[in-house]
Amino acid sequence: MPSAWMLAEFDAPERILEAAVELRARGYARIEAFTPHAVPELEAALGIRRSWVPRIVLAGGATGAAFAFLLQWWLNGVNYPLNVGARPLFSAPAFIPITFETTVLFAALTAFVSWLAVTRLPTLNHSLLDVEAFNSVSIDRFWLAIKSSDEHYDRGRTTAELRELGALRVLLTPELEQ
Amino acid sequence: MTADSAALPLHGRLTGGGARGGAAPLADPPVMIGRPSYGELTSQLLRPITVASRWHLRLLALTGIGTLGLFAALTYTAIAGIGVWGVSVPVAWAFAITNFVWWIGIGHAGTFISAILLLFSSQWRTSINRVAEGMTLFAVMQAGLFPLFHLGRPWFFYWLIPYPSTMNVWPNFRSALPWDAAAVSTYFTVSFLFWYMGLVPDLAVARDASAQRWRRQIYGLFALGWRGSARDWSHYRVIYGLLAGLATPLVVSVHTVVSMDFATSQLPGWHSPMFPPYFVAGAIYSGFAMVLTLVIPIRRIFGLYNVVTERHLENMAKMLLCTGWIVTYSYIIEIFCAWYSGDRFERYVHLVSRPFGTYAFFVWLQFFCNCAVVQVFWSKRARRNPLILFVAALLINVGMWLERFNLIVTSLQRDFLPSSWGIYVPTPIDGAIFFGTLSFFLFLFLLFLRVVPFIPISELKELRHALGEADRRNGEQVHA
Repeated sequence: MPSAWMLAEFDAPERILEAAVELRARGYARIEAFTPHAVPELEAALGIRRSWVPRIVLAGGATGAAFAFLLQWWLNGVNYPLNVGARPLFSAPAFIPITFETTVLFAALTAFVSWLAVTRLPTLNHSLLDVEAFNSVSIDRFWLAIKSSDEHYDRGRTTAELRELGALRVLLTPELEQ
Repeated sequence: MTADSAALPLHGRLTGGGARGGAAPLADPPVMIGRPSYGELTSQLLRPITVASRWHLRLLALTGIGTLGLFAALTYTAIAGIGVWGVSVPVAWAFAITNFVWWIGIGHAGTFISAILLLFSSQWRTSINRVAEGMTLFAVMQAGLFPLFHLGRPWFFYWLIPYPSTMNVWPNFRSALPWDAAAVSTYFTVSFLFWYMGLVPDLAVARDASAQRWRRQIYGLFALGWRGSARDWSHYRVIYGLLAGLATPLVVSVHTVVSMDFATSQLPGWHSPMFPPYFVAGAIYSGFAMVLTLVIPIRRIFGLYNVVTERHLENMAKMLLCTGWIVTYSYIIEIFCAWYSGDRFERYVHLVSRPFGTYAFFVWLQFFCNCAVVQVFWSKRARRNPLILFVAALLINVGMWLERFNLIVTSLQRDFLPSSWGIYVPTPIDGAIFFGTLSFFLFLFLLFLRVVPFIPISELKELRHALGEADRRNGEQVHA
């Protein structure tokens, strides 16, 4: 059961933050939080490390720069020498604008594709999307999710702990209810 | 210290949260009026896409007809050839290139607002950024039409792309025109990715808040299954910031490259090394004017006074004043350099043919619209008055169009040899295409207002949260 979760609904970022910190202190490791907007403190509380995507984007940008510059050099300087007013065939300054644009283009495309890859989008059939109440996550509620595979997970005890930490309601994803 | 006076970090998306010190002057209006709950914000900002008003549909139909007119005029041009425009030798570039530069310049404010102001952590960017980004995309789409159809045989546009063809010919990359193709297509692609990525969490809001099943499915499809987990947000913030960083040099580079189309030629009036900064400032100037032209009616029609406040209007007016002065300064330096160079052809264009020649009326109108009108914004009252802002923004739009027209046409019609001088008169097709792109732009924009949340919902919630935190901290200070 890869995505069997216990879900707890909170009504404010402060409350879910407190709950996340407390649960982590009690030893829960497989916790995920879902929020209507970015809550950076929560990422720290859950021990999420800073995204490593920028490194790939740097590589993408560098590839774009090398590709565009070498392409222009090869096409205009070597493969098809076109004499325009006796200007040098390999004129590096004139190749800069396209090199720059291609760098940005490749970097941006890399950033976008990596974003889809690391956040596993598109995933239109995620089981959380089937939980009716979970819809409030994009509107005004903050949901904490604990994986059933967590060492500390115990249906009764975890439910009680979540309620004690201020959860408005506690739900199970369909896989767990069965 | 008022509740809003604490300067907040732009939102966690980029800086990682935490308040920054420093207080804005007391007199600044807030960036958000009242403290609506998340639910209230959601329903207010989704209302325009759930409830269709009759005027909206009527305007869509009207601009749709204009768009059909554009397509008809373009088809006619493609069939008959660009001789149906008023262009000829010596004035081979006229309305089309003027419109191209004008539209692409307008796009710059969108990227400026959404990317540069994001990096500078400006709170007042938040509620207007998506409108500005949409404006950018649609303006660049209009701009792209002109060089395409100016080719005369638009179906060969792909010859600009270096692909291995049986002709064994490659583009000449030492010319400014392939630079232009690269700059404009990159600009459009990056702006689109940035716009879409910003939109995804809000499409998820539209998905989750919709009552009808078909809406949930369509918004759900485009929301890509966004759930907003802390891990997703952490990558999102970093990558969104990266895209902003990547879009930022594009603001400067695109119009720089456009200006090189002119500056790399030897024509008097074009051959000037100051063109890149002069063009970029002009682009941001015209772009802010267009943002105001669009935002002021939207604010009124959709009743968005609480999220698009006087602060937003005033700051945009300040941007107009600032960029307006850079443009004015550029005009002065341009004329001074023409005189100081001692070059008789430059002197003739700048000192005789522009101010007193065939198009003198339009040149003086340009100076009036771009240099004189904007001075009204020294007054705080004018900066906060939507009507004055709207009228001034319209005049600046006109002025910036005239600037490009005068720059292109007066230089071409009076070059080195009097024997090759000529005149340019636009044809009805020229006019139809220009007004056609205005229609097409408005059509796309109205469609955008109708189908996607055009005020960023999740970002406003984040702003709301930050403001709430600031309120609380200030409250504690008062009670301490």
